[in-house]
Amino acid sequence: MRELRKNPVLFLMLLPGMACLLLFNYIPMAGIVIAFKNINYAKGIFASDWVGLKNFEFFFNTPDAFNVTRNTLLYNLVFIVVGLVVAVLFAIALNEIRSKAAKKVYQSLMFLPYFLSWVVVSFLVYALLNPDYGFVNKIILEGMGIAPVSWYNEPKYWPYFIVFINLWKNVGYNSVIYFAAITGISTEYYEAAAIDGATRWQQIRAITIPHLTPLMTIMTILNIGKIFHADFGLFYQTTMDSGTLYPVTNVLDTYVYRAMKVTGDMGMASAAGFYQAVIGFILVLATNLIVKRIDPEKSLF
Amino acid sequence: MKTELAVRRVAKKGHLNRNSLVAEVILHAVFIMFALICVLPILLIVGISFTDESVLVREGYNFIPAKFSLDAYRYIADNAQSLLNAYGVTILVTVCGTFVSVLIIAFFAYPLSRKDFKYRNGFTFFMFLTMLFNGGMVPWYLVCTRVLHIQNTIFALIVPYLFNSWYCIILRTFFATSLPISLVESAKIDGAGELKTFFRIVIPLSLPGIATVALFQTLTYWNDWWLPLMLTTSPELSNLQFLLYRMLTNIQMLAQISTGGADVGAALNRMPTESTRMALCIVAIGPIIFAYPFFQRYFIQGLTVGAIKG
Repeated sequence: MRELRKNPVLFLMLLPGMACLLLFNYIPMAGIVIAFKNINYAKGIFASDWVGLKNFEFFFNTPDAFNVTRNTLLYNLVFIVVGLVVAVLFAIALNEIRSKAAKKVYQSLMFLPYFLSWVVVSFLVYALLNPDYGFVNKIILEGMGIAPVSWYNEPKYWPYFIVFINLWKNVGYNSVIYFAAITGISTEYYEAAAIDGATRWQQIRAITIPHLTPLMTIMTILNIGKIFHADFGLFYQTTMDSGTLYPVTNVLDTYVYRAMKVTGDMGMASAAGFYQAVIGFILVLATNLIVKRIDPEKSLF
Repeated sequence: MKTELAVRRVAKKGHLNRNSLVAEVILHAVFIMFALICVLPILLIVGISFTDESVLVREGYNFIPAKFSLDAYRYIADNAQSLLNAYGVTILVTVCGTFVSVLIIAFFAYPLSRKDFKYRNGFTFFMFLTMLFNGGMVPWYLVCTRVLHIQNTIFALIVPYLFNSWYCIILRTFFATSLPISLVESAKIDGAGELKTFFRIVIPLSLPGIATVALFQTLTYWNDWWLPLMLTTSPELSNLQFLLYRMLTNIQMLAQISTGGADVGAALNRMPTESTRMALCIVAIGPIIFAYPFFQRYFIQGLTVGAIKG
């Protein structure tokens, strides 16, 4: 209270942010109890009847439960590994390029996809994969005398597409972050190494990569924390919500969305949402704990 | 003596021992290829939008128009109403949203950056927790629609993105590292109130940080299709991205837009559907592409600051 009297303005400044956090984060946090209820709008959300684990029973008895969990986890794992490796490689390679102008141009062009919305990306993908007029079918495959493929109905190709599109959109952003960290490394290390006769390759292995490790660890922890959350736009927009692709493109976020907005099954949606929120949270805590055990310096909290 | 010589040799060469020419060429080749992969799809869309419709249907999409045509753009210009409306919505939401959200985020970040503010750790935790745990889509949706009743209003496209914990942390770090505490204290001694200090000293000295967050938020609002998808049903609230999204999934939308719903079939026959669709995409991303050189410089600067300081 004394602090409030001493700094009333500071508290006032915190107020709008607090209101947003309460409304859009804390009330929904409490709201996950609806997973144990049968939502009845007439009675009000919190006054609806308890149904115990019924919603979960329904959810876990569908084949979707396993499928969306597997898709979400596997895609995110691949994204984390591929994304990290490619972004770091690009950052190191960018640093090896001598011409400043070329560096800038490459960086800018690689960064471009990050600025496009998933809707625009879905247009780009569509221009390539449209079954009737698409560039791939009409120009490339027809040119080679191969029969056209109905891309939006062929699940087997999509795991590769999804991984590639995700990499394409985000690698520029990530490599810029790593590149920034590389430019922050003191040149003295490299000078000393050069004097000792170390080759560029040795310098990269002995100086650059060890200096990047803390950042790589933090980024990976953050990503593992999000491993139960998929990028909705990637799986919904770029696939054009094609039903035949669901076996390989349905993830927890799209599942919850469809249960809620398309089939209108609130019980199912809230059960899946609860599952996603809680397991996701446990994964964050577990990752952090493991990192703390190995190297307390690098843990998040 | 020997090392001194070596140092001098290194200094003379201007470079530390650099890569061979072959390595340099390979590096350039890799980057050029990837840069092309990043840019070519956009050029494909541009190409399609300038191609005559009959050629598109016969020969498919290609980069260089076999027969150049401005029909698609002419068609859009003649039926610009819903596009203009969507532009209006996007601009309104982006301007208001960015302005208000930057203010709210900066207001929240500043007390957290003040080492003399006793409860800053408590409030930081209050914010940090929301980054680790969230209730998910369903309770969030219910809060928006059943508690706040913002669905189908312009607020639905603004309010949910007003606060962002991540940007708040960036800004807090920026305030904490770029503002000498003595400056704030001396302002206080001179009798300036907290708010006056904030607007007259803190904000002007932190403009690069503020600009970065503002750019991030501009991009968030400009590129958003999620909020209209979740919270609106009326076409008047369609922003650009959502208009595009509906255009791609439902080609009849295009014709409906031009006729106001009447006689869709006839309108569909008249319009160059394939090229118009792509032309709309170009019209929608145009501003982003033009603003891009400016945007990305600040972005990279902001990220660099964040990566080194954070």
